[in-house]
Amino acid sequence: MVVMATNHDRWQEAYEASPLRDTRFETMSGIPLDPVYGPDDGEFPGQYPYTRGPYASMYRSKLWTMRMFAGFGTAEDTNWRFKEIIKSGGDGLSTAFDMPTLLGLDSDDPMSLGEVGRCGVAVDTLADMADLYRDIDLGEITTSMTINSPAAVIFAMFVAQAEQAGIPRARLGGTLQNDILKEYQAQKEFVFPPRESMRLVRDTIAFTAAEMPRWHSISISGYHIREAGSTAAEELAFTLANGFAYVELAKEAGLAVDSFAPRLSFFFNAHIDFFEEIAKYRAARRIWARWLKERYGAESERSMQLRFHTQTAGVSLTAQQPEVNIVRTAIEALAGVLGGTQSLHTNSMDEALALPTEKAARIALRTQQVIAQETNVAHVADPLGGSHFVEALTDEMERQAEELFAELDRMGDGSMLEGAIRGIEENWFQGKIADSAFELERKLNSGDRVTIGVNGYTDGNDDDQIELLKITNEDEQRQRKRLETIRQDRDSDAVAAALERVRTEAADPEVNLMPALIDAVKTYATLGEIMHAMETEFGRHVEVPTI
Amino acid sequence: MHAGRILVAKVGLDGHDRGIKVVARILRDAGYEVIYTGLFQTPETVAAAAVDEDVDAIGLSMLSGAHLTLAPLVVEAIRARGADIPVIVGGIVPDSDLDELAAAGVTTVLRPGATAEEIVESVGRALSAAQPSQVTGSTP
Repeated sequence: MVVMATNHDRWQEAYEASPLRDTRFETMSGIPLDPVYGPDDGEFPGQYPYTRGPYASMYRSKLWTMRMFAGFGTAEDTNWRFKEIIKSGGDGLSTAFDMPTLLGLDSDDPMSLGEVGRCGVAVDTLADMADLYRDIDLGEITTSMTINSPAAVIFAMFVAQAEQAGIPRARLGGTLQNDILKEYQAQKEFVFPPRESMRLVRDTIAFTAAEMPRWHSISISGYHIREAGSTAAEELAFTLANGFAYVELAKEAGLAVDSFAPRLSFFFNAHIDFFEEIAKYRAARRIWARWLKERYGAESERSMQLRFHTQTAGVSLTAQQPEVNIVRTAIEALAGVLGGTQSLHTNSMDEALALPTEKAARIALRTQQVIAQETNVAHVADPLGGSHFVEALTDEMERQAEELFAELDRMGDGSMLEGAIRGIEENWFQGKIADSAFELERKLNSGDRVTIGVNGYTDGNDDDQIELLKITNEDEQRQRKRLETIRQDRDSDAVAAALERVRTEAADPEVNLMPALIDAVKTYATLGEIMHAMETEFGRHVEVPTI
Repeated sequence: MHAGRILVAKVGLDGHDRGIKVVARILRDAGYEVIYTGLFQTPETVAAAAVDEDVDAIGLSMLSGAHLTLAPLVVEAIRARGADIPVIVGGIVPDSDLDELAAAGVTTVLRPGATAEEIVESVGRALSAAQPSQVTGSTP
């Protein structure tokens, strides 16, 4: 007689091989808790298609990373905020760049007026990058950088500053957002046309696959798609479709799927509709696993396991009665955790009005710590798995996403990469997102949806405004001065030669641009100069304005 | 016959266009002719388009914190062309900045969470205030 091992047995074996956190896994009244619940022949966490989570032990081995996004003013200012975050128990850094940096412009560019250091930190040269991460051990703490159009250049600066600080490339752990497709679709911080931008993405994927085993080359981001107004199902579908496009891009460049797919990561929104969000995360894992295995031939489990970062929904915050935003953020963060996120950023209550004060940011981090330490929700993996409701909603999310994939597949004549690019060129994504945003606005205006403090329960709206962070124009002046000094002190012949090499290599799509970019930033060529050198060959993307 | 022509614009580097598109549709549904010139405009391009298109009002969507720098420049650029067109700012603007924007010549500021009704009303008010005053009867 042969006794067949059940899914439960296989899960048990994987669970027992996992290291566990040193804590008692029981309720506060002392009831012992299993690591996961479900029928022996059902799906368990760490089992294909990973609906219930990528790992067998989930948060029993390691809680999610509390990764708080920060950046403002000059690199020195942000370096100080980073150190505060580390001191108060944050365990990953996440860098916000200012608008000029996001668009590859220098702080002294006329278009940068009024925007320097305002929504994030200003980085013009390698000198700023060195200040940004000064005295932070980048071999230990992981870093995420939210940058897209100029991602390859900023990444070159990051690699170069780590080298100067004596940290080998192979030890650097972190994530480059580098998701250009969603820029054309939603966030609109684009510079080069889509196809040329995708070449830079390809170069960063190939470079990290070869040299930086701990680095995530892209964070495929639904966050901005949702913030721009999509539904949950559209966020899910467009994000995963973009993921498929990057997989096809790298495969076309000759990379084996299992050599890069394990380093792709995702970034989702946590909006206020609690169960819909949890269903979205569960469906995302299942869809990714199936497509990677069935369509793209992945064999490594790591390629099929979708891992993601979550940020609570900025658009759900209200300027009215901002303290109520703490409650919204807590509910959204809990959805991310019950959905099995690997890292989490919680927004601060004042962010519908300004960048957060230190106090507001601390409360946001404390919100995560309450969930992690006080509620015991992290003891049991996928605690809502098996709920008839959540399972049905997960299936529905998957069904709606598959419908949208089928449309994109048709648009691209069987290529999801072409489908994504044509969908951008034909305004398909942008139109769907704008329609969904307007539909939600209509529901608010008709009273079908209530937002506390906006179209209901407005008593208290006239209370004194909370204290807000003020960013002065002094930062802009300081940053411009600093840049001026660097331009004077550098070897201008070396800069010119490095920029010429970038331009020449940009003209040849067969070349990987990363080495030329790293050499260029070391001469203190500015971000704007390097972007301009590439633009000479790549051209510029202009969106046709539509309402 | 429409209620008026409105130019809605994104000035500067901020690409977040959800708000401006929603507002554009709200105004269109309220009977206005709406012109949207796209992302990454400068104060000069906005003023030029507003004068060329002979619009009745300009709506600026500003979410990046640059409103104190850029909105006054738009007003100046319009005045430099000898025009007087009401400028309405919508977006992330804290209360403490309202006086400074008013002093710079901004007609109205729409705060986050403004309803469709409030948006249409304040555009209507800005337009009627800009008309030459018609004296009908005695007013105190």
